[in-house]
Amino acid sequence: MNLWLLLAINSITFGGLLFLLSAGFSLIFGLMRIPNLTHGSMFMLGAYVGASMVMTFHLPFWIGAAIAALTVAVFGGLIERLLLRRLAGAEQAQVLVTLGISLIVADFCLMVWTGDPISVATPPGLVGGVRFVDLFFPTYRIAIILIACVIGALLWVLLDRTRLGAMIRAGVDDPQMARVVGIRVSRLFTIVFCLGAALAGFGGIMGAPILSVYPGLDNDMLPLALVVVILGGTGSLLGSLVGSFVIGFIYNYGQALFPELAYFVLFLPMVVVLVLRPQGLFGKQAP
Amino acid sequence: MANDALALAGIDAFYGDSHVLHGVSFVLGAARLLGLLGRNGAGKTTCMNVTMGMLRPRRGTVTLFGQAIAGRAPEDIAMSGIALVPQGRRIFRSLTVRENLLVAARQPQANGAHAPWTFDTVYATFPRLKERQNQVAGYLSGGEQQMLAIGRALMANPRVLLMDEPSEGLAPQIVAEVMATIRRLKEQGLSIILVEQNAKLVFDIADDIVILNSGRVAVAGTTDALRRGGVDLHQHLGIY
Repeated sequence: MNLWLLLAINSITFGGLLFLLSAGFSLIFGLMRIPNLTHGSMFMLGAYVGASMVMTFHLPFWIGAAIAALTVAVFGGLIERLLLRRLAGAEQAQVLVTLGISLIVADFCLMVWTGDPISVATPPGLVGGVRFVDLFFPTYRIAIILIACVIGALLWVLLDRTRLGAMIRAGVDDPQMARVVGIRVSRLFTIVFCLGAALAGFGGIMGAPILSVYPGLDNDMLPLALVVVILGGTGSLLGSLVGSFVIGFIYNYGQALFPELAYFVLFLPMVVVLVLRPQGLFGKQAP
Repeated sequence: MANDALALAGIDAFYGDSHVLHGVSFVLGAARLLGLLGRNGAGKTTCMNVTMGMLRPRRGTVTLFGQAIAGRAPEDIAMSGIALVPQGRRIFRSLTVRENLLVAARQPQANGAHAPWTFDTVYATFPRLKERQNQVAGYLSGGEQQMLAIGRALMANPRVLLMDEPSEGLAPQIVAEVMATIRRLKEQGLSIILVEQNAKLVFDIADDIVILNSGRVAVAGTTDALRRGGVDLHQHLGIY
């Protein structure tokens, strides 16, 4: 099979995973202005928890994935309620605390799951591929792409088309006035944080059959989430979606074609965007 | 008192170390309109902030229809039936007009006197808002933003409405429109506090008047009594 085509499929798949990761990051960073450096750890934690459920406890893959997402959501909720809540507006403190937690999580994972990579079996039913003309598409990768698109659409509906979404945006616009209007801003922000965490955890277990789970997965993923969100524009779902696929392509082609320059190729577009359009490709400037 | 909609009693409030309200007490009667006057910095907006729970008073009580609300969270105070049209309007700029109304919408409490406020009734009161319901609120003109801020407060179906300088920065014709709206709201039985710098507007419309000076109640009485008594506005407000 054509190398270019294979790379393209891998790029789109990876883009889908990046979207699951970065949509949550974008929600938390864009809406709540919290630079959540534990986001990579949430991805890894979701991958490890899911891997245990599937490989050790032999639960069906999707149940394992749901447990992983839920576990990480609870973990995120605890961080938000117990720590970040007290640091509202203090970005430097938020950076340091979330960075510290990510180190703790990394050591915790090393302790529980050891340093050996864990590979997770592709869920039965999605093994193999679909043949189209003379091209072969791996089913699981197609499933990832579809799931990412569905989740993207659901998030868009939630934020843009529901009263809850409007309340969240009102809370971002003017938190104090939102409270005066009767919106429970603090509860909404916890929900947003849990949702972002759950998406990252879900992305982790979804990626596990492809990426496997290993120590350092967190640090591999966090910079990618940052690049995607900066490229696409914080707080913009569409930006996260486009940014994820762009970075998916750049990352895969970069690694294949210029392996020694992979990070350079990855971060160059981010630097260019930051210089030319600091709000990101799809970021809005507040009216 | 059963007939009191809102009562502030002995409120002492501070911003940091600066003592901005000194034992402020006044009462808004049910279905009445109280004009709160005073110079810049006299403490009018602070009274609103204390009432809505944005600033916790150090001493004193706030009661809404006999229920103590001082020290509660703003969202709880809002739920108990007060809405604020804040100074500077503070509409949610990135939301559409419709969404601004949507996020504030609440069912009226059981003993509501008049028909509940809904999208339809708010749009009927402010047809401009209906025309612009899908526009992002940040792009509205000042007058339209003021209408939206009032509409948003009404969507909560409050029993008490606080309006903090709704005439600020508006053209005279728009001010007249806003005042006409306020008069209609009062006729529908809403209890209203109108904070203003413009004494003439307040004397035209209010039942009762409280004048604050340096964080203290300097004058309080019915509008008629103050008019008859010839209160020295110049002394308290710096105007004729």
